[in-house]
Amino acid sequence: MKKLKFLSALVFFCSAAQAQQSPPAPPPSAFTTEDSRVINLEEQVRALAEEVALLRAEVREMRDAKSSRPPSSEPVLLAATHVEPGVLPTATSSSASASVVASSAPAQATQTQTLGGATSNAKLLNPDISMIGDFIGNAGHNSVSPSPSLQLHESELGLQAIIDPYARADMFLSFGEEGVNVEEGYITFTSLPAGLLLKVGKMRAEFGKVNTIHNHALPFIDRPLVTDNLVGGEDGIDDAGISVSRFLPAPKDWFVQGTAQVYRGDSDDVFHAFDRQDLSVVGHLRVYRDLGESTNIEVGGSYARGHNTAGVGSSYNVNNFLTNLYGIDATLRWKPLRRSIYHSLLFRNEFIWSNRNQLSDGTTGFFETQHAFGLYSNADYRLNRRWTIGGRFDRSGLANNAHLTDTGFSTILTYWPSEFSQIRGQYRFGHLADPTTGQYSYANEFLFQFLWVMGAHGAHPF
Amino acid sequence: MNRANLQTRTVAFFASIALLCSVCATPARAESKLQIITATTDLASLAQEIAGDKADVESIARGYQDPHFVEAKPSFLLKLRKADLLIIVGLELEIGWLPPLITQSTNPKIQVGAPGYFDASRLARILEIPTGAVTRAEGDVHPQGNPHYWLDPDNGLRIAKGIQNKLTEMRPGDGAYFAQRYDSFEQRLKQAEQKWLAEMKPYTGRKIVTYHRSWPNFADHFGLNVVGYVEPRPGIPPSPQHTVELIGMMKRDGVKVIAVEPYFDLKTPNAVARETGGQVVVLMPSVGGEKEITDYFKLFDYDIAKLKQAFDATK
Repeated sequence: MKKLKFLSALVFFCSAAQAQQSPPAPPPSAFTTEDSRVINLEEQVRALAEEVALLRAEVREMRDAKSSRPPSSEPVLLAATHVEPGVLPTATSSSASASVVASSAPAQATQTQTLGGATSNAKLLNPDISMIGDFIGNAGHNSVSPSPSLQLHESELGLQAIIDPYARADMFLSFGEEGVNVEEGYITFTSLPAGLLLKVGKMRAEFGKVNTIHNHALPFIDRPLVTDNLVGGEDGIDDAGISVSRFLPAPKDWFVQGTAQVYRGDSDDVFHAFDRQDLSVVGHLRVYRDLGESTNIEVGGSYARGHNTAGVGSSYNVNNFLTNLYGIDATLRWKPLRRSIYHSLLFRNEFIWSNRNQLSDGTTGFFETQHAFGLYSNADYRLNRRWTIGGRFDRSGLANNAHLTDTGFSTILTYWPSEFSQIRGQYRFGHLADPTTGQYSYANEFLFQFLWVMGAHGAHPF
Repeated sequence: MNRANLQTRTVAFFASIALLCSVCATPARAESKLQIITATTDLASLAQEIAGDKADVESIARGYQDPHFVEAKPSFLLKLRKADLLIIVGLELEIGWLPPLITQSTNPKIQVGAPGYFDASRLARILEIPTGAVTRAEGDVHPQGNPHYWLDPDNGLRIAKGIQNKLTEMRPGDGAYFAQRYDSFEQRLKQAEQKWLAEMKPYTGRKIVTYHRSWPNFADHFGLNVVGYVEPRPGIPPSPQHTVELIGMMKRDGVKVIAVEPYFDLKTPNAVARETGGQVVVLMPSVGGEKEITDYFKLFDYDIAKLKQAFDATK
């Protein structure tokens, strides 16, 4: 009600102002209640007119102060800092005018608006999206494990976002030559008690180092022979499951982390679940220490266990055939902080033992365990901002026939036009055993790779 | 038999992990010092100014290190795990290394958006916010603006104020202490700023070339004019063609001073300086870049002294 009166008063004032201070009508002789109301209104109007004059002066003052400042070319300064004459409260926002009068309030509001970076409004609540193209060419001779001459080996779509205050999620869909595969898709709970980190979804298992790394982040084009022979090839142990990890108590400056994972038990060629109970487990212990600000060392131990397919088609119970994998990884890194973008060294070794239950002669013969061993040793040196040179030595028995041992070495040269593209060449020599005939042959190949990243800036590999 | 075996082993495996976890649950600390971890040394210095002896402050990156390319070492996780407050530069400066560290820290207090996650860029005056389409044809651009904003003392003050508010919110009992620390900092910084501005006054409007786009806020505050960069685009190493163009421009406009961050190679800047009769000056973008730069004040003392020397030598 009061507001309405106020409004009508303002409307009245506007018309009065237009009349340019026309002399008030002579007071009628008899004072009625109507007349007293009119007088009241007139008084209010006069008060308002004074207030408006005051405001006008204040605005002028502010505008003068603003224009006396040196003009800034920064786009940060919003247009809102310039008060337009037209925004003067007239008939509509009488109550708002009261807050505008408090002179310091608007000044502060405009100032905070000029601060802070641009909010990426366009992105809204979309996840960070990235797409990685991975093109591989291959030339030369390899009769044991040939690969196509040219292929868009993998296109990896990454979608990453914070889900809520307690979790984030990462999804990586990889489009390969054979179709689409969810390479990884998991939720990570970051705010659990007792320092636990829980991941649920499909993940690359924490078995050693190379098994956890996506193709595009590897320091070579292919995967080491030991991965192909013992740990399931390119996809490795990559399965649906649950992972729990935690920092473990350790002496000062030592970092020790334990990870325990349970998977369904289906991972490419390594593990196969025949029953719901045929879960596979993976455990990893990681020990890390800085040896100075530029050098550090990391050693890990891994264990994985699951069912294999050796018993299929035999008279034995398929559930009796297990594969146990043991791994040790050791990494030495050197990166001088003052020249970190120009020089760095990575020296990494992995040793993997595979104990595989199988039958001595395919689907017949007696029950036996094959003890195969494999390793790779990789050194990678950054020559300057754009060039990296690397080498890798491979040696690995075959999981189902440990007497046959593949050997190989590679030299790798990588060029980085920028952080977002990569051109790599790799010469690969192999002395490879044919698993069916047991015959050895030599392989001499040249591989090249073009990698490109679009979209969100991902984390640098460590 | 084998399956039963596997199941028992699985159970035993998890039981042992659970046991380990229960044994080493961190004991609750009493109202001890606040543990503040910052992304860079400058933020550490500002936080220390406000927190005084009420907090232990440590930075992840070193002052002489390129803050875009810090390695996500597990040893940082040990620090982040115990942090009450994480102060970051923001604007995607740390995008290559900090997000995985935060996730793996298992510290709920410092997760993105939690009360202990403090993005200093929210308070600062940000320059070079790209307008229009943002593509990487421009190099490694920061879509939210230039993240090297701490090199403007006014921004230092704004961040310090924000830290004061944050600390007061975390430890209301020490609010008066933080307020007094802030007032003292503000007073000293304003005084120092007068001195710095006076020292830089004779060089107002001088043109310089910098290696990376680290200095827009510094140049803006102290009246310098950055006219070129050694990098053809942010994050792209110098190319011969761009270097030739840069030399031509510097000769034409009489630009003599090339400012380089301590983590860049000096080969190209030195070659440019030889060609143009100019001088390379290694300016420190962060506290701790040199041993003597122990705090936020000394950072400006150092850079201004170096710049003056370079300007005087190339008159």
